[in-house]
Amino acid sequence: MSDLPAVEIRKLSKSFSGVEVLRDIDLTVNKGEVVSVLGSSGSGKSTMLRCINWLEEPDSGSVFIAGQRIGYNSDKQRPMTNREMAATRARTGMVFQSFNLWPHLTVSQNVAISPIKVKGMPKAQARDLATQLLEKVGLGDKAEVYPFTLSGGQKQRVAIARALAMSPEVMLFDEPTSALDPERVGEVLQVMRDLSGEGYTMVVVTHEMEFARMVSDQVVFLDKGLIIEKAPPEIFFTNPASERVRRFLDRQD
Amino acid sequence: MSEWSIVWEARSTILSGLWLTCWLFTASILGAFMLGCLMLYLLERGGALAWLLRGFINTMRALPFLVLAYLLYYGLSQLGLRMNAVTAGLLAMIIYHGAYFAEILRGSRLVLPPGSIEAAQAHGFMPGSIFLHIILPQLLLRTRPLIGNQLIYALKDTSFLAIITVQELTAAANAVQATYFIPMPAFVVVILLYWAITACLELAVSKAGIFGKARGFENV
Repeated sequence: MSDLPAVEIRKLSKSFSGVEVLRDIDLTVNKGEVVSVLGSSGSGKSTMLRCINWLEEPDSGSVFIAGQRIGYNSDKQRPMTNREMAATRARTGMVFQSFNLWPHLTVSQNVAISPIKVKGMPKAQARDLATQLLEKVGLGDKAEVYPFTLSGGQKQRVAIARALAMSPEVMLFDEPTSALDPERVGEVLQVMRDLSGEGYTMVVVTHEMEFARMVSDQVVFLDKGLIIEKAPPEIFFTNPASERVRRFLDRQD
Repeated sequence: MSEWSIVWEARSTILSGLWLTCWLFTASILGAFMLGCLMLYLLERGGALAWLLRGFINTMRALPFLVLAYLLYYGLSQLGLRMNAVTAGLLAMIIYHGAYFAEILRGSRLVLPPGSIEAAQAHGFMPGSIFLHIILPQLLLRTRPLIGNQLIYALKDTSFLAIITVQELTAAANAVQATYFIPMPAFVVVILLYWAITACLELAVSKAGIFGKARGFENV
């Protein structure tokens, strides 16, 4: 089974009220790969990411998570039930631009609740896991506080620990540093860099060129709902095939 | 014998009324609260049932409580469904205030940021689990003052049940004043007792504010 890609997107299309946001997207993310998704606002990159775990339902096309199709039960030839859907989503982890921590739970509970409620992990074990993951993202001392007391960078690191707690096949990052003030961006990127070093599969929608250059195995560029460039970073940043990407990169400096 | 000492002599009547009021109030708000949460969950799931529930909630809001109590006690018995006064009263309280609780929570649900729900979906929570562990706790923390207010309305609505012959506090006071013709002292005592219960409720609701405060929910 290990040769199956972590994520496979086939012929994915999506429109919002008549406007085509994604057109025939094909993308394969292999196990252990870090794929950065670049593109200007409105290019469809966040929508593509949200189609991977079906937070956005595509109009056509299919997505496979480690070989299992999401949204559609291929064996029984029908759309997935809520239960099947939840079980498939649980195999992906997602980190949002606006953190989306659960404000009524402590930091430790935020991390522990998904393994408890979704996987049925015993509470003590989930608490230990939370402690361990919070240490990993450098927030071991914040386990018992509530999210509203944290800075943006700390909240995002909790959100990463929360997603890791489900041991996902792939981590999806939706502009994880866009809502942070510049001084806080580094601490979040560092955690993400560490994860890639540990072999996590990651799809990262981002505007952080430096991260894309240094950490990713593949860089994907979306424009008007199409993937117009897909290349390793050393080629993408120095010798892109498309004129559009060259213009985009020129404006970054 | 002064009028006040007559009230004192009749204290067992008043106390048993007080007991029934407290019992009716507690049982009905527990029932109404659970009904309100259940209705919110069904509204969340949408479909024809949600549409019907919206109609039901709007009907309850348009209906005076006393009319509902009459309807359940006298109206249904005319149709052959006879309940004793306490059962009818309890049922009326639960249905009526359940609709109000649902409406309070629904209002707060409409302005709940969708992010925390998306996060739960992305982590593999089932819809029922999202409602119970993510949505409902946040709504309760957000609506504390409104729920506190509704509890006080519910307490006062129990006094309408005197009219359908439930021997609660107001009915007890009425019995005492009518027997000895001492309306002023009898009702003053009752007012003080309602006020005391209200004060306890206020205190409890404000104490509950510490849960919200600890989580950054107050003044949001």
